[in-house]
Amino acid sequence: MSIFLDENSKVVYQGLTGSQGRYYGLLNREYGTNVVAGTNPKKAGTDVEGIPVYATVGDAVEATGANVSCIFIPAAGVKSAVMEAAEGGVELIVAITEGVPAHDEAWFFNKLQRDYPNVRLLGPNCPGLISPGKANVGITAGHIAKAGGPVGIVSRSGTLTYQALYELQQKDIGVTTCVGIGGDPVPGTSFIDCLAAFEADPDTKAIMMIGEIGGSAEEEAAAFIKDHVTKPVSSYVAGVTAPPGKKMGHAGAIVSGGKGTADAKMEALRDAGVKVGLNPTEAGELMAEIVAGL
Amino acid sequence: MDLFEYQGKQFFAQYGMPVSPGEAVQTVDDAVAAAERLGTPVMVKAQVHTGGRGKAGGVKFAASIDDVREHATNILGLDINGHIVENLWIEVASDIAEEYYASFTLDRAAKKHLGMLSAEGGVEIETVAAETPDLISKIWVDPVDGLTEEVCREWVAGANLNPDAVEGTVDILMKLYTAYSDGDADLCEINPLILTPEGKVHVLDAKVTLDGNADFRHDLDEYDATQKRDEREAAAHAKGLQYVGLDGTVGVIANGAGLAMSTLDVINQVGGSPANFLDIGGGANADVMSGALEVINDDPNVKSIFINIFGGITRGEEVANGILEAMKRVTIDSPIVIRLDGTNAEEGRAILAPELNDMLRMETTMLDAARVASDLAK
Repeated sequence: MSIFLDENSKVVYQGLTGSQGRYYGLLNREYGTNVVAGTNPKKAGTDVEGIPVYATVGDAVEATGANVSCIFIPAAGVKSAVMEAAEGGVELIVAITEGVPAHDEAWFFNKLQRDYPNVRLLGPNCPGLISPGKANVGITAGHIAKAGGPVGIVSRSGTLTYQALYELQQKDIGVTTCVGIGGDPVPGTSFIDCLAAFEADPDTKAIMMIGEIGGSAEEEAAAFIKDHVTKPVSSYVAGVTAPPGKKMGHAGAIVSGGKGTADAKMEALRDAGVKVGLNPTEAGELMAEIVAGL
Repeated sequence: MDLFEYQGKQFFAQYGMPVSPGEAVQTVDDAVAAAERLGTPVMVKAQVHTGGRGKAGGVKFAASIDDVREHATNILGLDINGHIVENLWIEVASDIAEEYYASFTLDRAAKKHLGMLSAEGGVEIETVAAETPDLISKIWVDPVDGLTEEVCREWVAGANLNPDAVEGTVDILMKLYTAYSDGDADLCEINPLILTPEGKVHVLDAKVTLDGNADFRHDLDEYDATQKRDEREAAAHAKGLQYVGLDGTVGVIANGAGLAMSTLDVINQVGGSPANFLDIGGGANADVMSGALEVINDDPNVKSIFINIFGGITRGEEVANGILEAMKRVTIDSPIVIRLDGTNAEEGRAILAPELNDMLRMETTMLDAARVASDLAK
C-alpha cells in the first residue's frame, strides 16, 4: 500500500495551461499518474495533449471524478486556488507553488480545518508526493524512486528528498510513498500527519524523515515518534552549520532567537530512538541497516 | 524584511497608532537641524536591524542641542552587533510612567497568530518569558476570525496593566492586529508601549518584519532599498540567486535549498569552512551557473569551489554542458570540484571527463568532493 496517493487517484492540474503546469502535468502522466483534467476559466473546453480543460475544479470533478488537485498557480492566486479545490470536492490538494505569503497559508490552513476537515493539503512550496509505480504528483523525478516499499519517506526539502530516494534506489530499497511537505512556515501536511499515516500503512516497515533548521516541526515529530511510532525511523536534519538569523533559501529555514537549531532537533530525534545521520548519505546507510534487519 | 524603527513607526502611523513626531537623518548636522525643528528634549536613536541598541549606547536622551550634537557624533558609525550605524531617528522625548510590551507574530506550531502582552516592558521578551512567564498574557488569533474587540479586552485584562492604560491599550492592539494582518507582517512588536504621566498610551518603539512573499500586495521598494546586505549578497540578489555570505574559504553552488544547506554541513564535517550558501534552484543551465560562478569568484576569501548538483528532472548531461558553457564565460581563479549525481549522472560525468584537470576535478560522492574541495582551500 501507499499513503495519500495511489493508482486510483485521479488528478486535476490547476494551471495545466501554464508552462510549469503543462510541463509537470505531462511528465506526471508519462509516469503513469491518472491525469484526468486541467483547469483554466478562460480555456474551458480546450485540451492539453488530450487532457480536457475545465473552467473550475468543481466542473472537473463533476466530469471526471477527480479526487486530487495539483496547483501550479502563481503565488498571488494560491489562496483562491486552494479554496476552489476544496469547494470543488477533491480529497487531496497538492500546492507546488513557492513564495505564498505566510498569512495566506495560515488563513487557508485554518479555513480548511474548519470547513473541509476531510480535505488534505500538501504544501505550499513542496515538491509533491510520489507512490512509486503507482502515481507521481508534482515535480519529483519519478525514475529515481524504486517501487514497492518497505520504506516511507517524509521530507521538508525537495532536493534532499530526491537524494534520499536515489540513495535508497542505489541500495535497491523500495519506497511506498515519498511525501515532500515543503519548507514553508505553515505546511498543510506536517511530519506528524505523515508519520501517523506511515505507522498505519501495513506495507511501510520503516520511515526516513528529512528535516531542516527553523521552527519546531522536528521536535514535535520526535515527541510523536516516541509515543506513537513503533516502526524504525532514520533521519537527517540539514543546516547544522547555518548561521543564526539568516534564511537558508526556504522561508521556514531560519534559526532565530537560539531556536530551531539542527543540534536541538537531532537531539530530540535521538531521544525518541531515531537513527540520526550527519549527512544524507549517512541517513541512507542507516536506513539500509534498518531494512537489512527487518 | 526588517524595517528600521522609524519605518516601523511610519507603518504603524498609517493604521492610526500614536507615535512621536521625529525625523530620520544621516549626518550630525541634519540631526541638529531636526532637533531644532522638533524642539528639545529629544531622543537620538540608532537605526539598525538588530536588538540591544540601548546597551550598546545607541539610544540617548538629549536635553539640549549640544547634547544632540554630542550623541549624534558618538552614535553615527557605532558598531552594534556588527551593524554599523548609518541612520539616526531624532524623536521628541516622552515622559514615561510605565513600560509595557506588545506584539503579534505567527505561531508556527499552533498555526495561529500569537499576540503577547506584558506589563513588564522595556526588556527583551525572551528574558521575561524565561524568568517570569506568568507576566505575559497570550492570545492565539485564528486568522479566519481575526481579532474582535471583546476578545482583545479579555486579553488585555489578563495582563494586569495599570487601569488607566486599559482603554488606550485595547485601541492600540486592535490597530496593531490590523497593521500586522493587512500589512502581511511576520512580526509587529512594540517594546516599550508606554503609559505617560498624563494617562496616554503611546508607541515608543517599533520592530516590524514584513513578509517579502507578499510583495505583490504591497509596495516594499522603500524598505528593500534600506536592507543591509553585504556586497556579495547584493550582487547575488540582483541575479536572482538565493545567497547567504559566510566567512569560510570553500565556495558552494548547489541546486535546492536543502542540498545547499547539506553541502555546508558536509564541508564542515570534513574540516573545511564554507564561504557561502548558494541555491541555484532546480535547473543548472549555463546562464544560472555562470551567474553563480561570477558571484563566488568575486569573493576574495574563496580558495576552492564545490559545485554540488543532484539531477532530478534536469538530466546529468544538461548539467554538465551548463557547467562547461559557464566556465567558458567566466574566468575562474579557484579550482572547482564537481559532484554530479542523480538522473543520467553517468552521461553527465562522461561529458565532463575529457575536460578534467587540476582546476576542474570531479568526485562521485558528496563527502569525497567536500574533502577534496576543503583540502584545496587549505
